[in-house]
Amino acid sequence: MSPNVFTFGRVVRLSILSLGALVFLAPYIFMISTAGKAQSDIFTSSLNLIPQHWFYAENFAKAWSRVHMPTLLFNGVMVCLMILVIQVVIAIPCAYAMAKLKFRAAKVMMVLVMLGLLVPIHATALPLYVAFDRVGALNSYMALVAPFSISVFGIFLFLQFFRAMPDDLIHAARLDGMSEIGVIARVIVPNAWPAITAFSIFSVVAHWNDLYWPLIVVSNQAYATPPLGLLYFRAAEAGDDYGALMAATLIITSPLVGAFLLAQKRFVEGITMTGLKG
Amino acid sequence: MTTLSLSNIEKSFGGNQILKGVSLDAQPGEFIALVGPSGCGKSTLLRILAGLDSADSGEIVIDGREVSRTQAADRNVAMVFQSYALYPHLTAAQNIAVPLVMRRLTRTQRIPFVAPLMPGQRQAVADIHRDVREMAASLKIDHLLDRKPGQMSGGQRQRVALARAMVRRPAVFLMDEPLSNLDANLRVHARGEIVELHRRAGVPTVYVTHDQAEALSMADRVAVMIGGSLLQLAPPQVIYDDPQHIEVAKFVGQPRINLVASHVGENGIVTLGTERCVLADRSLAGDTPVTLGVRSEFVKVSRSGEAGLPAHVERVEFLGSEIIVYSKLDAIGEIMIAKVSPAEGAGLAAGMPIRLSASAEHIFVFGADGVRLPSAPLVENTVREAAHG
Repeated sequence: MSPNVFTFGRVVRLSILSLGALVFLAPYIFMISTAGKAQSDIFTSSLNLIPQHWFYAENFAKAWSRVHMPTLLFNGVMVCLMILVIQVVIAIPCAYAMAKLKFRAAKVMMVLVMLGLLVPIHATALPLYVAFDRVGALNSYMALVAPFSISVFGIFLFLQFFRAMPDDLIHAARLDGMSEIGVIARVIVPNAWPAITAFSIFSVVAHWNDLYWPLIVVSNQAYATPPLGLLYFRAAEAGDDYGALMAATLIITSPLVGAFLLAQKRFVEGITMTGLKG
Repeated sequence: MTTLSLSNIEKSFGGNQILKGVSLDAQPGEFIALVGPSGCGKSTLLRILAGLDSADSGEIVIDGREVSRTQAADRNVAMVFQSYALYPHLTAAQNIAVPLVMRRLTRTQRIPFVAPLMPGQRQAVADIHRDVREMAASLKIDHLLDRKPGQMSGGQRQRVALARAMVRRPAVFLMDEPLSNLDANLRVHARGEIVELHRRAGVPTVYVTHDQAEALSMADRVAVMIGGSLLQLAPPQVIYDDPQHIEVAKFVGQPRINLVASHVGENGIVTLGTERCVLADRSLAGDTPVTLGVRSEFVKVSRSGEAGLPAHVERVEFLGSEIIVYSKLDAIGEIMIAKVSPAEGAGLAAGMPIRLSASAEHIFVFGADGVRLPSAPLVENTVREAAHG
């Protein structure tokens, strides 16, 4: 490495970034550390990052056996996948229509989308809960998935992306004999992967980590999502077995961490939305 | 053979009339260039013709069938876009195959994975591959078939776009400024190629351009559109030599035509310097304002003598085979442009006094509404006979 690679400015910048990264990672690092400690280790007065007795195996075994971890993970995957697929299937045609088709209600719909972006789930939670209760749909995948099936954020994100797509591309597709559905399936979607990736990241991360909504509609462990499962876990143990709790948290966060590490480049690309260059 | 006919097409956007009743007929196998300044509505007309936009009123007949309410896909027209509009995610071969896949395969034959099990699908796909390769070979792009549009140059993309449009043998071929994204050398070369392709395909073609040189050099007939109206539809030479409207005369020709305001005199005679023309319609009252037009190559420049209008040279442009002289008429301060040979123009410099003249047979007379008034040169002693027609 040549000496001029590390100029003073670069060193300063890298130090600031490293410090920032450390601050953000600290809780996670501490969680990894705690997951390997025995009960006595955790409640000592001194703060050690390295566990004095390696307790990983015991803690993970506990985490795995106390709650039904496979069910939690399976529920998490199912719920996130169903939400994502339904959101994308609904949002893409909707955004396409608003971005590229001319119809009278387009402006009104745009206003509705903007309004939708402003309303948080907490405002609609109670009416939705009452409705699900009335139809007897509490404690089901439907209760977990249905409220999120139409994502205004998704519509908005795709709308912005589709607006940047050249009109001529769609005109060419129509002249080539495609129906509107054909245009979406054969032209829009294959060219919208950056937007779909970005949206998938936001959607999966949000719903994998969501505790609020599952807590409201699910009381049966069979439908618990991972964060809700953690809650049961803590309650069952009266909140004192932190080692096992941290181990369970590690298990639950690992799919997202693993996915991020595997597809780091795609994630960054997706979030910065480099867009489509002919 | 197919024909194309547009009648009385009108279109407004938000109270702004873009097309004011355009009518146009194409003969079988004809190449029509639709030319006009930007914003004149030519691209809108093309989009209406393609079915990508709908007209407010008017009729479109393709191949004897009224199609103004028909979907773009069912009109059997193909179009080459200015941006080429190739599908960025498909290779050149796949791009060219798209129109065939959409037309020749049924819905079930296009389902991914399952489709090869459908009866007849393999044969149809093989035929498509063969046609794509033939098309590519005839445009000399066979070596590009595996590349994606992002990996091709502008000229290569343009050929792929042409291939995609031609491969399904459309009833009408539409082109929207397909050469404007190419560099100057390639553009001249591509002109010849497109004309050659058109001749081979024998399909009526409407070619939109803002470049008059392209329109004049390529088309069988040129349609000049200005401000949403089709002012003249005629072969290139007629457009140039016999413009029927002042806007046509102004738009076509490089450098632009010289225009001088004037009045009708006694007996329908108009005068430019010593030259006189007589209007066919002698009933026009004296003093009716008219505009006289003379193309720059018919303006004669002389450095001495009494004949012609006195002027001073403003600027001289040397273009190699010819010299363009810009001069200001002393009498009215109007800038006149003369195209002269290097021999005639040698030694001219800014500020020099010169005299300009033009013979009467090269003078166009336009009325106040811009429409050409038929006229003939007036020969001194044959006043009566001069007015022909």
